Amino acid sequence: MSEPLISSKAAPVRFEGVSKVFGKDVVAVDNIDLHVDAGKLVTLLGPSGCGKTTTLRMIAGLEMATSGRILIGDRDVTKLPATDRDVSMVFQSYALFPHMSVLENVKYGLTFSGFAKEEARDRALKGLDLVGLKGFDKRLPSELSGGQQQRVAVARALVLEPQVLLFDEPLSNLDAKLRRQVREDIRAIQQDLGLTVVYVTHDQEEALAVSDEIVVMRNAAIAQIGTPRQLYDAPNDRFVADFIGEANLLECQIVSVEGETATIEIDGHRHKLPSRGLTPGKAALAVRPSRIVIGNDKGVAAMVAKATYVGVRMEYTLTGGFGQVFAVQDDVDDPLEPGAEVKMSFASKGPVLLPQ
Amino acid sequence: MRSVQSERTTHPVLIFWIIAGWVGFCLLPWYMLEDGIWSFEWLTGGYPFDEDYAPGLFLISQGEKLWLAPLLIPLALPLLALGRAKSDPLYAKLLILSGALGFGWLIAQGFGIGIRGFNYDWLKALFGEPKIRQFGMGYGAMICAAAFLFLLTQGIAARGAINGDVFVVSAIGGVITIVTAFVFYPIANMLFSAFITEDGAYSLSVFAAKFFDDRLWGLGCLWGARCGAAWNSLFLAIAVGFITTALGLCFALVVTRSGFRYKRAIRALTVLPIITPPFVIGLALILLFGLSGSVTVFFADLFGTQPTRWLYGAPGVLIAQTLAFTPIAFLVLIGVVEGVSPSMEEASQTLRANRWQTFKTVSLPLMRPGLANAFLLGFIESMADFGNPLVLGGNFDVLSTEIFFAIVGAQYDQGRAAVLAMVLLFFTLSAFYAQRVWLGKKSYTTVTGKGDAGVHPLMPTGLSIPVLIIALSWALFTAVVYAMIIYGSVVELWGVNNTLTFKHYVTAFSVRFEEEGIRWTGAAWDSFWTTITIAAIAAPLTAAVGLVTAYLLTRQSFAGKNAFEFGTMLSFAIPGTVIGVSYILAFNVPPIEITGTGVILVVSFIFRNMPVGVRAGIASMSQLDKSLDESSLTLGANSWQTFRRIILPLLRPAILAALVYSFVRAMTAISAVIFLVSAQYDMATSYIIGRVENNDYGLAIAYSTTLIFVMLSAVGLLQFLVGRVQIGRRNMLAVKDTT
Repeated sequence: MSEPLISSKAAPVRFEGVSKVFGKDVVAVDNIDLHVDAGKLVTLLGPSGCGKTTTLRMIAGLEMATSGRILIGDRDVTKLPATDRDVSMVFQSYALFPHMSVLENVKYGLTFSGFAKEEARDRALKGLDLVGLKGFDKRLPSELSGGQQQRVAVARALVLEPQVLLFDEPLSNLDAKLRRQVREDIRAIQQDLGLTVVYVTHDQEEALAVSDEIVVMRNAAIAQIGTPRQLYDAPNDRFVADFIGEANLLECQIVSVEGETATIEIDGHRHKLPSRGLTPGKAALAVRPSRIVIGNDKGVAAMVAKATYVGVRMEYTLTGGFGQVFAVQDDVDDPLEPGAEVKMSFASKGPVLLPQ
Repeated sequence: MRSVQSERTTHPVLIFWIIAGWVGFCLLPWYMLEDGIWSFEWLTGGYPFDEDYAPGLFLISQGEKLWLAPLLIPLALPLLALGRAKSDPLYAKLLILSGALGFGWLIAQGFGIGIRGFNYDWLKALFGEPKIRQFGMGYGAMICAAAFLFLLTQGIAARGAINGDVFVVSAIGGVITIVTAFVFYPIANMLFSAFITEDGAYSLSVFAAKFFDDRLWGLGCLWGARCGAAWNSLFLAIAVGFITTALGLCFALVVTRSGFRYKRAIRALTVLPIITPPFVIGLALILLFGLSGSVTVFFADLFGTQPTRWLYGAPGVLIAQTLAFTPIAFLVLIGVVEGVSPSMEEASQTLRANRWQTFKTVSLPLMRPGLANAFLLGFIESMADFGNPLVLGGNFDVLSTEIFFAIVGAQYDQGRAAVLAMVLLFFTLSAFYAQRVWLGKKSYTTVTGKGDAGVHPLMPTGLSIPVLIIALSWALFTAVVYAMIIYGSVVELWGVNNTLTFKHYVTAFSVRFEEEGIRWTGAAWDSFWTTITIAAIAAPLTAAVGLVTAYLLTRQSFAGKNAFEFGTMLSFAIPGTVIGVSYILAFNVPPIEITGTGVILVVSFIFRNMPVGVRAGIASMSQLDKSLDESSLTLGANSWQTFRRIILPLLRPAILAALVYSFVRAMTAISAVIFLVSAQYDMATSYIIGRVENNDYGLAIAYSTTLIFVMLSAVGLLQFLVGRVQIGRRNMLAVKDTT
């Protein structure tokens, strides 16, 4: 890009003790503190009903916080309605106005921002250019494909050069192939323009792929905040471990801790790994399916209960005294048969200790 | 940038209403003009100093109407708010104070001082009895009142209500105010007048005497004498409710679950109640079964018996109402019967139930709420019906006509009319309430957004034959009745001289072409043009009020929303006669003095038909995804801009429907209208009733036929326009694809 088509006025977002209560006692968001740095893409991730969309809508001004303070830049916007906030949002359904052409849709917000007609038009066209929809300006939204509609919605939000850009599950109406491409486009635009973006999704893979930082939410509260890597490799608790990527949670006994290293025991099998501040006693071990080693000599005794061939790898369900685990193996040429007796051990990196 | 702009946008609205307040007070005539709203004679007739035409300010400066002087304070207060930011607490306080003071004082002085001085004894005791009096509010006072109201709502918005949204708060305030003024106030006023004795004192015994009157509650019909009007109305309404529901169900079953070939023709029945003036069916029945009706005469000749007047009374009213309201039940039930998901019935069939068992155990129970709804609608319609009992009632007194005769008859008894209206209102409101409770608790809607590929099974044979016979014979009877209407309009004198003639049309609608243009010489033109004009004025206003209310109900949440909804829907359950009576009682005297003008007709139509607009609006607004509004808001449009640029354009078909429907309903209304017409503003329906009372059936029927065709073309035009909106879009697409 030779000249920036659209500049950015990215600003940080800050939540201070924000709660949202619907009706009398339905707590959708419970006293959360959150800081989104300017120019970063932060994802709100969680199962449905965890309060992530409500949080997003409170940034937009579509819901008003019941208590607490919300700041965008250094301005307190807690009581400001959506109209008066410098924020724009891309909706799950895109919410393109069906009676307006693509250009009119993109121009819509600009006409309320005090731009002259000509300039509004220029900016709208530049926005369409940016999302790769040059020449589509006279069409109606109904004449576009789903992916194109999505890009119009992004352009419409972008051209306002908002302090914060919000995405509410923007990919959920696209098919799987398009999803990967659009999310890469969104990430590219965000990084090129240095936008502050808050992004809601329930798809952990999508979150891992696009985010600078992920906020995992559960039951109206924040479970953990961290980079994708931190969350995947060092989840705080069972919920995060299970929600971000799949994890097998096994009961284990910490037999000793030396410095930063703990030794654990499961069914007589011993394994060393970082202690993460835990002390000897009962604990939980989170192991990703790919970090389980299946062999014959050392490890925990287990039996193959189920074996499934999925093309690129084998998926196994193992049972034993520890309960049940799910494991994947890259070796598809010599699959194990159901009923086979094996020994299960863990990769040296990957498994994480969690408090009981 | 956006924040700067939003600080600016609040101001034009504020400035507008401040200016409006001052203009209303200083420039426009304060009081109601005797020559009506549209006369501009006041501009030349002594304005601004003549007492009748003077604006408020000139009145005070001449030492007249000094009680208007305090209004200067609330008018001046908002000027102090002009320089302030919206977030300044003083801004909100100033506006609220100004609005509340101004509006409150306007109401207080309006009710306190009437045509004959103080309206209340304690005021007289307090101030003595000076020679003061005033007339109804005119331009100036109305605009002043509106200015105060909207200053108040802006103040409330500035304090943070509904996120400080001026448009929404103002819309809520506006709708509440007009509904209070034109629905609750007249009704409450009328209820109070039931307790007033002839010399103006309040008394419970007067009410009791009128309430326990034998003419109201007598049960004589059980042993051969006459029953009271209340029982007559109740029995009639229950019978009509049952019969119309049963017939409506038959029609709905024939259309959705039979192999009958001419379903479209039967569906056309649903248009009939919309386009039929309310007493036309009564007239047609007289032509068929009256003393000199064709059927009566035929049988009298056949058996050599004396023709009887059996039609006049309960049987005639029952038949007429059943004919008139069956299509309404049909309309309700066809939605319900179609709404039963075919997959439920298919599931039942795969579970080894046969068609009869499926119908009895699955289809019929799922239709139950619809049946209740249809029954209650028939009940309410029958209770409120005025035209048919008036034409066919004979000695069979029902509440709606009794109210009319209490007011216009020789007895002129306001109190009795009020008592009767209370009883009628009690019945209809109970039914209305029952309907809401019933429908609120039991929702059997089984059709969801998901595609449902199933097909409704046919009715079991044992059921389909009787249903088909009943439906077809009733459809045939309806067709005959409507044919009679057209035939009757071209017959010289029914039963006496059966030669065909266009005489009646000529009398009613003749025109002469002269040098200075067309002269409308027909007898009916006056009332015809008045009707068209009033209906055309009322229709857009009805649609506007209805759609704004629907917008508030579907898109906004605020404290007291349920009460708000109930209030706006209430006028649907209030019979027209009750509205009519309450309007003449309430608006005959200041502060709102509009009896005898065209305004009162327009106002009554707006509030009679508003629920139709509200329902149409709610139905189509709930089809619009809320994210459309939200995205408009996050793009920087405020709620008014969102309403105007997103919601209204997408609601075009609903707006058209509301417009045409309220236009047509305004043309066919009779029950409220008959109280409100005046020599200057006579409506088509009341003119026709007048002809009927003079036994001039030919002219009445010719006029009714004309109305039916006018309304049919209005409805047709609507279908055409709504259809074209969609086609136009498709053409546009096609054109674009080819370029």
